Amino acid sequence: MYPKDNLYSKEHEWVRVEDDTCVIGITEFAQKELGEVVFVELPDPELTFDAHDEIGTIESVKAVAEIYTPVSGEVVEINDAVIDDPAVLNDDPHGEGWLVKMRFHSSKDFDGLMSHEEYVEYVSKGDD
Amino acid sequence: MEPVAPGFLALLHGKKFRDIFRPMTEDNAKLARTPLYDCHREAGARLVPFAGWEMPVQYVGVIEEHHAVRQAAGLFDVSHMGEFRVQGPAAEAFLQALTPNDVTKLTPGRAHYSALLTEEGTYVDDLLVYRRSSEEFLVVVNAANIATDFAWVAGRAAAHPGGGVAVENVSDQYALLAVQGPRAVEIVQGLTDADLDAIRYYRFAEGSVAGVPAILSRTGYTGEDGFELYVPPDAAADLWRELLRVGAGAGLQPAGLGARDTLRLEAGMALYGNDIDDTTTPWEAGLDWTVKLAAGDFVGRAALMAQKEAGIQRKLVGFELQDRGIARHDHTVLEGDAVVGRVTSGTFSPTFQKALGLAYVPVALAEPGTALTLGVRNKRLAAVVVETPFYRRAK
Repeated sequence: MYPKDNLYSKEHEWVRVEDDTCVIGITEFAQKELGEVVFVELPDPELTFDAHDEIGTIESVKAVAEIYTPVSGEVVEINDAVIDDPAVLNDDPHGEGWLVKMRFHSSKDFDGLMSHEEYVEYVSKGDD
Repeated sequence: MEPVAPGFLALLHGKKFRDIFRPMTEDNAKLARTPLYDCHREAGARLVPFAGWEMPVQYVGVIEEHHAVRQAAGLFDVSHMGEFRVQGPAAEAFLQALTPNDVTKLTPGRAHYSALLTEEGTYVDDLLVYRRSSEEFLVVVNAANIATDFAWVAGRAAAHPGGGVAVENVSDQYALLAVQGPRAVEIVQGLTDADLDAIRYYRFAEGSVAGVPAILSRTGYTGEDGFELYVPPDAAADLWRELLRVGAGAGLQPAGLGARDTLRLEAGMALYGNDIDDTTTPWEAGLDWTVKLAAGDFVGRAALMAQKEAGIQRKLVGFELQDRGIARHDHTVLEGDAVVGRVTSGTFSPTFQKALGLAYVPVALAEPGTALTLGVRNKRLAAVVVETPFYRRAK
C-alpha cells in the first residue's frame, strides 16, 4: 500500500524525490484518521520555506491537520485537483491526492525521513 | 483487536492532527462499553473514547451518515447518557425548585428540555425531564456529567425540607437507541403497536418495540423527526439488529457521534462543554425559553433576574464563514487585535456545504448580518452572523 520508493515523515507525509524536486503528500494512514476531507489549503507557488515549516492545512469535518515541508525549498507546483475536490485526497492519497511539489535546496533534509519499511513499522506500532 | 482511535476530543474541538495520533494504551482498558458494543464492531465502527466510554464516532463516514439522517434515517447508540429516577410526593416541588423550567406544566407522558444551574445561574448541565406519573420523573443527563449531576441532585433531595423525594441513579437500567430522520417514525412504527402519530414532539409513551419494553420518546438531537427508545440493556442489541433489518428498505443505517455533532450544530442545538458550561447563563446562550421566572424560585433564579435587569454583555450567535477555512471551538472573535469573543462550536456543514458555527460575541455584534472577524490559527477570516437554527426540517 505504501509506495516503496517514497520516504515518509513522522507526521504521516510521503515524499517522492524527482531529481531536484520532490512531491509531498499525506499517507493512507493520515487520510483515514482525518476522515472525509472538506477543505485543503496549499501554499502559493514560488514561496520559500525552511524544513519543518507549516505550508498548508487539511481540514476534515472533525479535525485539522497541518502540512509540513520536510525540506527547505521553493514551491514549484500545487495540486489544484485537491483544492477543487478534496475527496481526491481520501480516495488516492499516494497518487492523485499529491499536495505540493518543491524544489529542494539540500538532499540532507531527507536524512530525517523514514524508509518505506520503517514507516510501515511505525504505523503498525501506533495501532496497538 | 480493533484499535480505539485516540483523541476523541479532536472531534469536538478540532484539535491538531498530531494530537489525534497519540496511541492510547492503558486509558483504553478503563473505558466502559454500552450493550451495543458488539453491534458497533459488526457494523465496522471506528471507536473512540468519549466521556469514559468506547463509542462509535463513525461507521462509513461522518458526511454519509449525516446525509442519511437528513434524507432517510440514522440509528444512534446513546446508551452512555445518564438517567435518574426522581420520585415521591415532593418530587414535583423538588424539581421545580431545582430546575429553571416549569415542571408543573408536565402531565404524565410529557417531557421538557431544562437544566441544572448554579447559584450564579450558569450551567451545571442541560437535561431532559420526563414525567411518568404524578410522583415519578425520569431525568436524562449528559454522559460526561453523570457523577456530578447525581451528586448535585441526590444531595439536594436528601436535604429537601420535609423529605418526600428520593433520587436513584438508574443509568445502568437503560440502554438508549435513537432513530432519527424523515423515515424514522415509519420505521419504528413497523415494530410497535403504539400509535406513534399520537405521540407529539416532546411527548412519550410506555410500550414496546419489537417485543422489548420501552419508553418511546419523540425527542432527538438532530433536528429531524424520530424517536429515542429507552430499553433494558439486555434487549438493546437485539433491538438494534431488528431496527436495521426492518429499516434497511427505508434506508436506515447506523450513525455515529461524528454525524451527531454535525447534525445538532446545523439544528442550532447546544452542546454542554462547548456552547454552555458553568460560565454561561441561559440568557447568554439564547435559551430564555427554558427559564420560567414566574413559576417560583429555583437555584440560580436570583442571579438570572439580576442579569436580566442589568442586561447581558455577550450572546451566543450563529455564524457562517465567508473566507475559506473552518472555525472551531476556542478560535477567537476579533475586533482589531483584541479578542472580544470565542467560537464554541464549529464544523463544515454537510447539508449546506459551508463552514458554520456558534460563538459568544459582544451584544453589539450579535445582530444577523453583522460582519465578524475570526482568528483561526494564524489567520483572520471573515464571517457573518446568521440566524439559528441553520437548518429546520420541512414540516
